[in-house]
Amino acid sequence: MTITDQGPHSAPAGTQEKRGMNLTLRVWRQKGPQVKGKMVTYKVTDISPDMSFLEMLDVLNEQLIEQGDDPVAFDHDCREGICGMCGLMINGQAHGPQQTTTCQLHMRSFKDGDSIDIEPWRASAFPVIKDLAVDRRAFDRIIQAGGYISVPTGTAPEAHSVPVPKKDADNAFDAATCIGCGACVAACPNASSMLFTAAKVTHLGLLPQGQPERNDRVVNMVAQQDREGFGGCTNIGECSAACPKGISMETISRLNHDLLGALRAGARPKS
Amino acid sequence: MPLDLFTVGDPIADTKAPTDVPIGERWSERKFRGRLVNPANRRKMTIIVVGTGLAGGSAAATLGEAGYKVKSFWYQDSPRRAHSVAAQGGINAAKNYRNDGDSVHRLFYDTVKGGDFRARENNVHRLAEVSVNIIDQAVAQGVPFAREYGGLLDNRSFGGTQVSRTFYARGQTGQQLLYGAYQALERQIAAGTVEQHARTEMLDLIVVDGRARGIVARDLVTGELSTHFADAVVLATGGYGNVFYLSTNAMGSNTTAIWRAHKRGAYFANPCYTQIHPTCIPVKGDYQSKLTLMSESLRNDGRVWVPKERGDTRDPRQIPEAERDYYLERIYPSFGNLVPRDIASRAAKNVCDEGRGVGPGGLGVYLDFAEAIERLGRPAVEAKYGNLFDMYAQITGEDPYSVPMRIYPAVHYTMGGLWVDYDLQSSIPGMFVIGEANFSDHGANRLGASALMQGLADGYFVLPATITDYLADAPFEQIDDSHPAAVEALQGVQEQVQKLLSINGTRTPASFHRELGKLMWDLCGMERTDEGLRKALDRIPEIRQEFWTNVKVSGDWHSFNQTLEMAGRVADFIELAELMCVDALHRRESCGGHFRAESQTPDGEALRDDENFAYVAAWEWTPEGQPPVLHREALEYEYVHLAQRSYK
Repeated sequence: MTITDQGPHSAPAGTQEKRGMNLTLRVWRQKGPQVKGKMVTYKVTDISPDMSFLEMLDVLNEQLIEQGDDPVAFDHDCREGICGMCGLMINGQAHGPQQTTTCQLHMRSFKDGDSIDIEPWRASAFPVIKDLAVDRRAFDRIIQAGGYISVPTGTAPEAHSVPVPKKDADNAFDAATCIGCGACVAACPNASSMLFTAAKVTHLGLLPQGQPERNDRVVNMVAQQDREGFGGCTNIGECSAACPKGISMETISRLNHDLLGALRAGARPKS
Repeated sequence: MPLDLFTVGDPIADTKAPTDVPIGERWSERKFRGRLVNPANRRKMTIIVVGTGLAGGSAAATLGEAGYKVKSFWYQDSPRRAHSVAAQGGINAAKNYRNDGDSVHRLFYDTVKGGDFRARENNVHRLAEVSVNIIDQAVAQGVPFAREYGGLLDNRSFGGTQVSRTFYARGQTGQQLLYGAYQALERQIAAGTVEQHARTEMLDLIVVDGRARGIVARDLVTGELSTHFADAVVLATGGYGNVFYLSTNAMGSNTTAIWRAHKRGAYFANPCYTQIHPTCIPVKGDYQSKLTLMSESLRNDGRVWVPKERGDTRDPRQIPEAERDYYLERIYPSFGNLVPRDIASRAAKNVCDEGRGVGPGGLGVYLDFAEAIERLGRPAVEAKYGNLFDMYAQITGEDPYSVPMRIYPAVHYTMGGLWVDYDLQSSIPGMFVIGEANFSDHGANRLGASALMQGLADGYFVLPATITDYLADAPFEQIDDSHPAAVEALQGVQEQVQKLLSINGTRTPASFHRELGKLMWDLCGMERTDEGLRKALDRIPEIRQEFWTNVKVSGDWHSFNQTLEMAGRVADFIELAELMCVDALHRRESCGGHFRAESQTPDGEALRDDENFAYVAAWEWTPEGQPPVLHREALEYEYVHLAQRSYK
């Protein structure tokens, strides 16, 4: 992306919005989980470089509905890069050429005349629902296995009773920003969910409040991601490079460290 | 006021708050007087919770912990997606960690005043009381709030206050608080106390013998319609800002659950109270699908200005200090850039109307960090606001570290919502409404960092304590699909879905939504007039008529059909828009976010009319063709005395 310091007055005020990009889209169409899918080619015209990628797909879908065709199903919600609902493979890259969410990718990252391949996340643990929408509930089940601190409502002590070193709080925050979009899985050649799991293990493991359940948390979350059919982690690093929130590989080291410690201490996953 | 627009029904009142004790004791007293349900009986009772944002997620988790059978519904794939996730700036709490004179009473006072004296005192006081428990709860869950080097929690300031009481996690406070509630919810799902219904949308409320007893829902993946029964129903489905099409809400945020409950008898209170947030990224083009907020926290350090001369198109960095108008600092010297949202938004509109707006179309003002960067250094500004600056750069393609941001007001929050009493129970017994979906705590204008506070207060602490008084009479008679009320509700939904699919007209649901949104923004937005609202009321029935004869919904019912989802939501927005305009027209005063051009002070501030309008307008639905019925709840101010708001 080009960020300019030209400001709003590089073009005279009140000028017409920029339009004019013509693009060829090759989009994965699949009617349902059990049906075979295929790439289908569409043309979109007069696209503005200021449009978001999803607004460009809105234009395509309005065309398709008007023609009486089935619009392309894709997941999205907040469109400001934080809910984690959107996620597309764009020219083979999770969330496309920028390290951001699909909704925050703008068409200024493409050129007039480009051909763009659009596919869903591909992982057996994320079955396709329809077209570009996949089922990511496996992530919720990993959280259910231990991605929390057990503190029933009303039982908490005064917030200042346990100071947390700023460095730990900041590092915990960095890991906690994971939005659960699944780009890490989609980018990984093994379709591993290690970065997702490691982000939560790191977030809670760095805080004093997370210590009592630290050992059980890591063994149960790792066991659950295996049960879901995610692949193993071989430290390739595609996950972190594709992560829109920049979750670092260091979280995976921390998970491995915690896992080893937990197993040595005798922690075993619940069956 | 012509009587054909509405009729007046009996007044209503909250009867649950124990007003025979002083305000500081009312919440404790209510909890004591309310009946309880013993743990063995809780297992026999089912509660439906719709929505998993801060309010719904925290309520479902807490009710599950208490031992009820909870059924939780959400329309996204995961409860972690609910739009609370996008809240940026922070959450208020009367901890007084800054030792700057804060207290429960001051938070209460600021909120009543900030709401322009249109909120209920009892509810607001309770909100201020439980605010401190929320921070304790969130910290214990592992919410990584910003901290200082000593390891203690940091605070910052928000609009409409002169203390620092806002807790934050960089610009992602809503995300972190939501994940705390989400993780508590997932823990209960694993424990088997909460049954999950992902990608499932509520389409009707089932009312039996005057009590809310269940919902009709559609599985968005298979298209299947189903009924669900319970002893109580909790709606936590958020606000209706998307009636304006462009807003800072998520694309899926909608009014359907509360609107259909309204059509089943729940009163809708103050629908015209909408919050236009002053600091959003301006609109770029007609393809635009949503607007993005730049957190109010930026006004802690950013300075808002426009050129003094109209039509000044110089690069902002070339405009000398003497030729800039820092209009908020000029007009409101004691609050400066941190005036409440309604005031900041209107001020931005005024300078743009004068022709001094900047950027394309002249619809923008500068939010300038040059002075802050010089004073604090770029690294400090990055640490505080880095993610917001990145987001701005991503969307606009401009670098806010070197060029001032351009911002403009946008629809952000709705203070109106379903009417509830002190127990958060709607006018339908057994249906409770929490979070943004109810009307209760913010009056005519919400202060920054108070939405997260209210959502979590309702979900963690208020609803779980008040719902027991209702459930003390449960479990109620077992019902199933064969009950006439269930049959009727299911059939009604089926008929509507079939109708939408059969019209096969020429316009997409989105095109109707855009048309409605523009009409509402122009005529029922930042400034409302008698003439404009009447124009809107002429036009909306025509849009509705065209929608139901010319909408085109492709695909079928028994599949994942996002066009069909959207069509149903747009249909409800059209009906709601009409009620909003009636409410805005009938309220011939200005208050908070509701600005009637006919009612302003000589210097252009909102002018309330307490003699005639110090009430909550609770609207009863009537079938199409009949005017809605207005029920007034009188507002009395015992502790914060009615006064003209001043931030000067």
